[in-house]
Amino acid sequence: MSDKIQIQANGNGPGRKLKFNILRYNPQLAGDKPRMVTYEVEEAAGMTIFIALNEIREKQEPSLQFDFVCRAGICGSCGMVINGRPDLACRTLTAKFPSGEITLLPLPAFELIGDLSVNTGKFMRAMSERIGSWIHSSDADNRDLTILEERMDPDLADEIYELDRCVECGCCISACGTKRMRDEFLGAVGFMHVARFHMDSRDHRSDDDWYEVIGDDDGVFGCMTLLGCEDNCPKDLPHQTQIAFLRRSMVKVA
Amino acid sequence: MKVVYTDSLVIGGGLAGLRVAIASKKRGMETIVLSLIPAKRSHSAAAQGGMQASLGASIKGEGDNEDVHFGDTVKGSDWGCDQDVARMFVNTAPKAIRELATWGVPWSRIRPGDREVVVNAEKVTITEKEEAEGLITARDFGGTKKWRTCFTADGTGHTMLYAMDNKAIELDIPVHERKEVISLIHEGDQCYGAVVRDLVTGELIAYVAKATTIATGGYGRIYAVSTNAVICEGMGAAIALETGKAPLGNMEAVQFHPTAIVPVGILTTEGCRGDGGVLRDIDGYRFMPDYEPDKKELASRDVVSRRMTEHMRKGKGVPSPYGDHLWLDITILGKAHIEKNLREVKEICEYFLGIDPVTDWIPVRPTQHYSMGGVRTKPNGESPGLKGLFSVGEGACWDMHGFNRLGGNSVAETAVSGMIVGEYVADHCEQTDISIPTSLVKGFLNREQKNIDTLFARESGENVYELRDAMQTIMMDKVGIFRDGAHLQEAVDELKALLKRCDNIVVRDKAPSSNPELVNALRVPRMIKLALTVACGALARTESRGAHSREDYPERNDRDWLKRTLSYWKNENDELPTLEYEDLDIMKMEMPPGFRGYGNDNTIHHPDTERRLAEVEQITASMPNADRHEIQEALLKYDLPEKLKGKNERVGVGYK
Ligand SMILES: Cc1cc2nc3c(=O)[nH]c(=O)nc-3n(C[C@H](O)[C@H](O)[C@H](O)COP(=O)(O)OP(=O)(O)OC[C@H]3O[C@@H](n4cnc5c(N)ncnc54)[C@H](O)[C@@H]3O)c2cc1C
Ligand code: SF4
Ligand code: SF4
Ligand code: FES
Repeated sequence: MSDKIQIQANGNGPGRKLKFNILRYNPQLAGDKPRMVTYEVEEAAGMTIFIALNEIREKQEPSLQFDFVCRAGICGSCGMVINGRPDLACRTLTAKFPSGEITLLPLPAFELIGDLSVNTGKFMRAMSERIGSWIHSSDADNRDLTILEERMDPDLADEIYELDRCVECGCCISACGTKRMRDEFLGAVGFMHVARFHMDSRDHRSDDDWYEVIGDDDGVFGCMTLLGCEDNCPKDLPHQTQIAFLRRSMVKVA
Repeated sequence: MKVVYTDSLVIGGGLAGLRVAIASKKRGMETIVLSLIPAKRSHSAAAQGGMQASLGASIKGEGDNEDVHFGDTVKGSDWGCDQDVARMFVNTAPKAIRELATWGVPWSRIRPGDREVVVNAEKVTITEKEEAEGLITARDFGGTKKWRTCFTADGTGHTMLYAMDNKAIELDIPVHERKEVISLIHEGDQCYGAVVRDLVTGELIAYVAKATTIATGGYGRIYAVSTNAVICEGMGAAIALETGKAPLGNMEAVQFHPTAIVPVGILTTEGCRGDGGVLRDIDGYRFMPDYEPDKKELASRDVVSRRMTEHMRKGKGVPSPYGDHLWLDITILGKAHIEKNLREVKEICEYFLGIDPVTDWIPVRPTQHYSMGGVRTKPNGESPGLKGLFSVGEGACWDMHGFNRLGGNSVAETAVSGMIVGEYVADHCEQTDISIPTSLVKGFLNREQKNIDTLFARESGENVYELRDAMQTIMMDKVGIFRDGAHLQEAVDELKALLKRCDNIVVRDKAPSSNPELVNALRVPRMIKLALTVACGALARTESRGAHSREDYPERNDRDWLKRTLSYWKNENDELPTLEYEDLDIMKMEMPPGFRGYGNDNTIHHPDTERRLAEVEQITASMPNADRHEIQEALLKYDLPEKLKGKNERVGVGYK
């Protein structure tokens, strides 16, 4: 049982001066060039990077671009590189950084919209189209909706949910060495979705079908299993296990 | 001048908008979805607890059906809802959830045999039936007679939205992201589409369509502390309001959720209490049974929020630098349950509070959560003021929630109304041919461009963020959980003054392309207009109903107030909205007004209530051999698209 609010989980004490070094660049503005700009913010109890960035934008630099939607670690909008690691900015407390210096860069491997904002939406839509991230089944649209739903093994439903928790934030893509070298590499978020549909008894695709999707060097055979994805996935999804499983399944087909 | 033509234009890529888009696309209509953000990031993704549908498969849902769901929904609304719409809804909810099951939502399923659950803070064992194995299970939620809320752990909205958007991708429906609708194109009594600002390039684009559907979600962000996403700013409702023709319904009906964490206002789902969590005060005392001995923590949301506030006013809150709060205690549920079924809650507690809900109590207090009000529609989803303008989801006032929506009924509404209204949208597209003069389109584009140019030309003036903060504070302090005439009048006066100051907003950053300050300069005056509809509606409504609670008028007054508020902004230069009212006809109700069952019954009844009660009794008595479907039909007729009319099967009872 707790007896106090513990949002001040740091011990730095409020009122500390934080230094934000932020990459500024707006490709929409002719002649603009990438540069690092430093902003100072006074730390408040429970401050997150979401709160700090809004404060900078509202009080100091009105043109600063970034993306937040849910501000609760749920929607995957706010991936950025925070002191060298891709993570969700909205749920990162400033108190986590003892030095008080925080460097923010946009996620690499995505089209830059401006400053910290990148086009993950376009990337994820293309990924979904490429792997067909929907249930492939003739039943999906022809089922009589007045009758009992098709039964499903409760354990299987839970297991699918575990993989369905991906929020398409893109952190795994930014942390992937292979992706940096091979533009067409599907990447961990794609593998996670493939694993999810592969596991789903409602999806009728066979391993042969999946081989067409991921059975080459742009797919699961290109992965070097360095596990940047697993280390940086904010939803702690089991990348290592799933990639290994997909690879084994694809080797069998080959 | 850039113009995009389509059949069905859907503004909003949340659950509701996507479902309408899917329906119209499946019917062969060219369909485009517009969204501020990638569709999968819409606020629907944040729904944790679940979706109500009367499948009745779990043992604690046994005996559930459309009638029970209907009764809960009408009662929950404090008789403020539209009963035909509530009927359309309860009959379609099982179909919507089964459809989503085929589209990939991994609904949690029933394991037959014994399982331990927590009811009223005690562990009890329930036994699920063998015959229900593998069917969709449900949990308990506030204000419901049965366990009816279907879920996937506490990521229900996420899995639903992913399945829905994936279906839209399969159907090749384009989602134009990072586009903001800033006004509707209309003339006479017809809507022709919308003016859109590209949030990246700054370009203005006209989208011309046969049917335009507003599915833009709620307006929670007119309040300082809200569980809503930061983009829930009510722009859909605002642009409808600004047409002067499309009314907004019941804007004063704003829900506060009992358990958002302090201070940031992030939600912990009602599933916490549904699964057995309890509320405690500064002394660690469980106080809800004293106030609501029957439903306790699982009374309707508006009731629990008020009781918590009352209890804190008695000095029983826990003081903190951010004001008083209470505790939500889910420790009794145990580690295994929390890590499996409440893991988003666990993550939120860890990241934002630095606590572990397995062992620690969670600091919570009631926080703005849901907008019952929105773009008023007829049962088919169309605006009564503009043809070709439809609305669905939280952004609409289709009106199945009246003055209080039940937990789990909102994501259910999005999927259900999307299915139903989507068919009517497609019908409309099939039956309509529009021809629209380019001068009309140009006129609307020019108006918006001029507005932007004026903002850029001003060199000094009001800071838009200060105006926004002032509005949010007024709403929080004076138009909150408990309301009274004096404070509401102050709120109206102050908001009016703020709106005036909006004429002088300065935009410091002059970039014509992406420009967050300009975005706010365009939104904030519109948000203040919405805030005024809420405050004026609340001031005028001299009664207490559902979430609208007037301390100076504590009774529900059916005699004078069984009606829906319609707000219009008739002229651009008006300083206040115009309020009109739409009566709810008791003589057409299947369930005439009664006592909701919380606190004392102080309702001032309408003379029709007794007449209709007698009539209902007489009709029912005159059909001794009829089944529940036949009696229902005799009491209230409602329409549904042909393909959604069928009865729903349930395990053990078939179609009975
Ligand atoms: C934290 C939280 C938890 C919840 N949990 C539950 C629950 O467990 N069960 C339940 O039933 N309900 C729950 N609700 C309520 C429910 O989630 C919402 O009411 C519902 O998802 C709203 O869906 P929607 O499709 O109407 O709108 P949203 O999902 O909010 O989508 C709105 C869309 O409109 C777009 N948009 C907005 N303005 C514009 C514009 N000007 N131009 C272009 N596009 C625009 C946005 O980009 C977005 O795509 C919860 C709500 C919250 C806040
Ligand atoms: S797999 Fe993890 S890191 Fe990658 S997009 Fe999904 S949630 Fe983000
Ligand atoms: S394990 Fe594979 S997918 Fe993951 S980061 Fe490494 S190369 Fe990329
Ligand atoms: S803003 Fe939604 S995850 Fe950060």
